[in-house]
Amino acid sequence: MAYSEKLMDHFHNPRNVGTLDKSKKTVGTGLVGAPECGDVMRLQIEVDDVTQTIVDAKFKTFGCGSAIASSSLATEWLKGKNINEAMGIDNMAIVEELALPPVKIHCSVLAEDAIKAAIKDYQKKNNI
Amino acid sequence: MEAKKLIYLDNNATTPCDPRVVEAMLPYFTTHFGNAASRNHPFGWAAEEGVDYAREQVAKLIGADSKEIIFTSGATEAINLALKGAFEMYRKKGNHIITAKTEHKAVLDTCKKLETMGAEVTYLDVKADGLIDLAQLEAAFTKKTILVSIMWANNETGVIQPIEEIGKLCAKHGALFMSDITQAAGKVPVDVKKMGIHLAAFTAHKMYGPKGVGTLFVNRVKPRVKVTAQMDGGGHERGMRSGTMNVPAIVGFGRAAELAMLEMQRDTERLTKLRDKLQAAFCAILEEVVVNGNQEHRMPHVTNISFKHVEGEGLMMTFNQKIALSSGSACTSASLEPSYVLVALGLGDDLAHSSLRFSLGRFTTEEDIDQTIAAVSAGVNHMRDLSPIWEMYKEGIDLNNVQWSEH
Repeated sequence: MAYSEKLMDHFHNPRNVGTLDKSKKTVGTGLVGAPECGDVMRLQIEVDDVTQTIVDAKFKTFGCGSAIASSSLATEWLKGKNINEAMGIDNMAIVEELALPPVKIHCSVLAEDAIKAAIKDYQKKNNI
Repeated sequence: MEAKKLIYLDNNATTPCDPRVVEAMLPYFTTHFGNAASRNHPFGWAAEEGVDYAREQVAKLIGADSKEIIFTSGATEAINLALKGAFEMYRKKGNHIITAKTEHKAVLDTCKKLETMGAEVTYLDVKADGLIDLAQLEAAFTKKTILVSIMWANNETGVIQPIEEIGKLCAKHGALFMSDITQAAGKVPVDVKKMGIHLAAFTAHKMYGPKGVGTLFVNRVKPRVKVTAQMDGGGHERGMRSGTMNVPAIVGFGRAAELAMLEMQRDTERLTKLRDKLQAAFCAILEEVVVNGNQEHRMPHVTNISFKHVEGEGLMMTFNQKIALSSGSACTSASLEPSYVLVALGLGDDLAHSSLRFSLGRFTTEEDIDQTIAAVSAGVNHMRDLSPIWEMYKEGIDLNNVQWSEH
């Protein structure tokens, strides 16, 4: 199975790998998946509390190449977006961008879940 | 520009054909192209002669008589013929079959099929090291047990079962002993008579022969075993397997068997050293490395290793442009189930997802191993830098207490 160049690029040169300080009120963390399933994604966003814009995004992922590329791409897309816009990111957009094969669609679903979980965590912290 | 050399460490999946095997096969495509069943002209005689010689070479490899060798299209067909054929032949005596959870799918799925045809099948658990528990096997026999099917060596872990003891238990309880010897034949000494094996299946393409040919050994004397043919036709192979003989492949199989006998000891010594070097290097360079399966009773060329907190398929992607091997993670399958063999050893699904199988072969060099050590170690470090659960582990978080969101 040959993967797309974009996917391989995100896999070999993942963007925004790292950890944000989850104790900060402006940081939202989404941790989805389980080690038993072979995928765990942790996606974090830092939000400007005045403009509600995502100023930083970081991820770490345990999983296959498609899971890593999906979360790397997600962090790229999140930066600069308003949290309402970010909430609208659809997994199928990730599937298209990375040309994920059918057996890897669950990786994009997981990335969408991680985005939503991170935003919800931020909103919960700030009573939004 | 010289092509980049690819490193092949997936010899349990298939081996390359030895050039000496190809050389032996070639005349049988063109000059000696006859049908081995054509009894009345020199073309047929030449083909038959090639087959007969190969039959002796293959028989010799496993300590059998040439009349006990039934050629098939591969190990899967041989296993199907053994299990279904023996069940059909002996079901009046009983309908109980014993096998183990770590068998190859060719055995397990055939047993599942036999269950729909009235068979009762016991699937033995294995111990944490992959070996079956002989006491559990002994306890599983009933008056209706007609057949025990236990593999010689496991394809994923290389673990070697106590074949001689299993053979003795089968003899004691009057059951036939079938063994899938696919991973062992040609690699370690196999003597079916000494082990009390009545049916044994294996294939050429795991021992430097061609794909598309395998064999079922069927014991002829004490006891005289018969299996019911699963294909109807010209009554080839003593009526047990109809179909025109794949003469070039059979000749190649014979030559591969002969070479295996000649080179087994040398290959074993060399590959054991290389395998041990590979395994020891990972254990020295990397933290949190677990070797899966019994290391004492194990094939000389195999090691199955879990690199904790990284996912096997992703890990492979870091180096699969230059190194070929297999993972126990089955992230590509729709089920997302990791290796059932490793799970049967009691590994958690997380460790099974983190496993790689290295299977060396006759053409593996020390340089291959050195490059693999470097590339895989770098890959593990890269993936751990990306892994949230590695970070959690490093922070001292007990991963068993984390509330995961299953998906």
